[in-house]
Amino acid sequence: MRKTFTISILASAAASLVTALALAQTLPWNNPGSEQSPVESEASRRSAPAPKRDLSGIWDAGFAGVAPTGQNTVAPLTPLGERIGKTHRSGDGSRVVAVPQINDPLSTMGDPAGFPRTLLFELRPFQVVQTASQVLMLQMFEKRWRVIWTDGRALPRDPDPRWYGYSTGKWVDDYTFVVTTIGTDERTWLNNAGDPHSNELKVEERYHRVSRGTMELTVLLDDPKIYTRPWIGRDRLQLRLMPADTDLMEMIPSASEAAEYRRLMAAPRK
Amino acid sequence: MSGTSFRLFLMAIVLTGLAAPSFAHHSSANYDTQKEIVLKGVVTAWLWSNPHCVLSFDARDATGKVRNWSAEVQNPTNMTSRGWSRRSFTVGDMVTVTLKPGRDGAPIGLITTVLLPNGHALYASGPETAGARSTPAQR
Repeated sequence: MRKTFTISILASAAASLVTALALAQTLPWNNPGSEQSPVESEASRRSAPAPKRDLSGIWDAGFAGVAPTGQNTVAPLTPLGERIGKTHRSGDGSRVVAVPQINDPLSTMGDPAGFPRTLLFELRPFQVVQTASQVLMLQMFEKRWRVIWTDGRALPRDPDPRWYGYSTGKWVDDYTFVVTTIGTDERTWLNNAGDPHSNELKVEERYHRVSRGTMELTVLLDDPKIYTRPWIGRDRLQLRLMPADTDLMEMIPSASEAAEYRRLMAAPRK
Repeated sequence: MSGTSFRLFLMAIVLTGLAAPSFAHHSSANYDTQKEIVLKGVVTAWLWSNPHCVLSFDARDATGKVRNWSAEVQNPTNMTSRGWSRRSFTVGDMVTVTLKPGRDGAPIGLITTVLLPNGHALYASGPETAGARSTPAQR
């Protein structure tokens, strides 16, 4: 009887996984993305060669992109980093508090997630479009876009901070594109755990196209005001190519929706 | 439970975990995850939005009173993958909600399953029976 029961649970869970895979694959509109949605066979993905100097397409990190508890590779904080970090009350991770006490500007006020939080938290599917002088990254989360200049310009000196910083990129070989970003707004959190950063943060992203259907993302963070050493926030995160005709859902945190959520779930009730 | 059954059980947990993305906004610390209660009530609102979708319903609970409960699941992106939609509920629907209640006795909870008027069930994590709604691309 017990064996029958546990086998039933196993079968139900397997059915759930198969259904989730099928749903993510077949939705032509409002596709939510899913790591478990294979757009081609594993063998095909690995064997089809990567095009040279081309990241074009819609890429999905799946559930690994969400990272709700932050990164466990965070470097030690400087004294300034400790002071700032103690003021952050997060929804998850090392600074987790109950919902009514959360002061995350993204989830409570609808502030932009900012950069590099969009790489370190809720990295949902994103589309890469290449022009003659830019690489554009169109992100499903927040429906933001980033402009990465590839025309050889130097990054600005002492720029006004921006939510998403200033980015330049270059190919270091035919399959690896490296992006450097500075000038990010220190009001944003680094991730969902409330790790802080300063406006002197420098971020390096390394996109390595392994095959036609697979890309790896590594993110290096360097912020000597806040952390005692550089550290890796994403280490060869696997990105899978989605079909070119995928229409992605909107996933836009709004201030009004955040307020309504808090009214329902965080306000004192009896 | 025998060793074989336990291993099968663990495999089920792993498979279920693969199909159910973790919370993107906050942890489940607000809720008594060791407890589960079942409430039958009438839907008063269905909030399909970020950061979390919230089902509000009137139900008589352990206090003996009818209270308006607010129970959450994950964001629309995650819930679409599980077959939920903006149209999953209508005000006035009679539903049976299984949830993990808030720790402080407030009428809030973390949904496990919702049994719909037509007998189908929606699972926040686990087997799903309702298909996702999609609009075929016009060509």
